[in-house]
Amino acid sequence: MWKQLSDYFVHNHDDFINSLGEHIVISFVALVFSALIGIAGGYLCVKHKQYDKWIISIFQVLRIVPSLAIILLLIPIMGTGVEPALIALVLLAIPPILMNTVAGIEGVSSSMLEAAYGVGMSDRQVWWKIKFPLAAPLILTGVKTAAIEVIASATLAAKIGAGGLGGIIFTGLGLNRMDLLLVGGISVAVLSIAAGLSLDLTDRYLFKYKMVRK
Amino acid sequence: MSLKAIEFNQVCKQYSQSGDFVVDHVNLSINEGEFITILGSSGSGKTTLLKMINRLYEPSEGTINLFGEDIATIDPVKVRRKIGYVIQQVGLFPHMTIAQNIATVPKLLKWPQPKIKERVDELLNLVGLDPKEFKNRYPSQLSGGQQQRIGLARALAIDPKIMLLDEPFGAIDAITRLHLQDELMRLHGGLKKTFLFVTHDINEAFKLGTRVMIMNNGKVSQFDTPQSIVKNPADSFVSSLMRSSREQERFWEGLD
Ligand SMILES: Nc1ncnc2c1ncn2[C@@H]1O[C@H](COP(=O)(O)OP(=O)(O)OP(=O)(O)O)[C@@H](O)[C@H]1O
Ligand SMILES: [Mg+2]
Repeated sequence: MWKQLSDYFVHNHDDFINSLGEHIVISFVALVFSALIGIAGGYLCVKHKQYDKWIISIFQVLRIVPSLAIILLLIPIMGTGVEPALIALVLLAIPPILMNTVAGIEGVSSSMLEAAYGVGMSDRQVWWKIKFPLAAPLILTGVKTAAIEVIASATLAAKIGAGGLGGIIFTGLGLNRMDLLLVGGISVAVLSIAAGLSLDLTDRYLFKYKMVRK
Repeated sequence: MSLKAIEFNQVCKQYSQSGDFVVDHVNLSINEGEFITILGSSGSGKTTLLKMINRLYEPSEGTINLFGEDIATIDPVKVRRKIGYVIQQVGLFPHMTIAQNIATVPKLLKWPQPKIKERVDELLNLVGLDPKEFKNRYPSQLSGGQQQRIGLARALAIDPKIMLLDEPFGAIDAITRLHLQDELMRLHGGLKKTFLFVTHDINEAFKLGTRVMIMNNGKVSQFDTPQSIVKNPADSFVSSLMRSSREQERFWEGLD
């Protein structure tokens, strides 16, 4: 088995790096878009209370639909390739980010806001200096959840020709080759763990004030 | 005649259309340079009264003037930057260091950095906390009383002409409290500054106040100098307040 695996890396070194690269890029791009949309959407939800129930329930439904289903449903609309896969991943990653953004902003206590307005901050200043910074740790938690989901689901995107580590896994399934399955599976797992860890480190670095002890 | 710093004309506050008056047809006139202390039972509307002065709440009826100007016509942000406010819940910003908390308003006003630094140190010394030790801590690393003192320092940062202090010394020990009371009287300094200070401590109210306002159920029961209140309590609520404080004194004499 070891020999098979090391043979794989000797012969398919470039292939592997390629797939890994594709996987990271598509996940990262999907995450950036979903973070932008999710945070902006969360902000709008809080700002325009009348819509927030609608938006949140739409995304809650989206969240229940399995990622595979989203990807397959997009085929008739958008065909195959990187774009539909990216859209599916973005749709998948928005809910945790959006909902944590809403929860984070709404979690800022009213006495905190009164203190902020009381010193003479404008609405804008209260958003940028108080609401977003205090919501940020929860938003980052949402991003982490999303990142792990996206990295896992990006595997399925190979089905519609978006490349990535999923390609190795599906080839392995087709050819019944254990070594390919292992290489693909383990890489995806390592990738999500690495993403989770680096976001944890970011959290620790950005929000030092939560770590301090009395 | 000295300038009227704060005037209330028939000011009412209801939190809901059908609710009771939390502040009930209050008329007040406070001169520039007065140190007003406010006493009253819990829920009598003291905090609500203060928050209407810096427009955190709007009156349901009536008008409030600051230096002759109706505050409803002034941009709330402008009103608030002229008024120092120590909030009852302390409300330090947890994601900012102590220095950043104190520097909030100077930063909003774009003071030069060295001047801000100097002011932060000065204020920390004033409230009796060593700048070197406390500047770079976060609020969660301070005791309740230390946090209250930072809240006071933050409100004092730009030396505002009007200060609203909502139980600023609630969590502070008796000795530090005496020190802070003296500092506050020194800062008030007589003529130019107007302080409104809410407290539940009768001794504190009568010691600091040039006039004492006693509130009960949204109404001002009495608003007069400490001497006059002691001599002529206006109603049974004021009398019972005085009586409770006398009883405490007697308790101390009994221990002697
Ligand atoms: N935001 C609010 N919404 C609804 N009711 C409120 C609100 N704030 C205060 N109240 C009510 O108004 C009344 C007066 O409250 P306020 O905070 O002014 O009292 P207070 O005199 O400051 O009391 P304490 O000494 O306990 O601080 C209370 O009955 C309180 O429940
Ligand atoms: Mg109060």
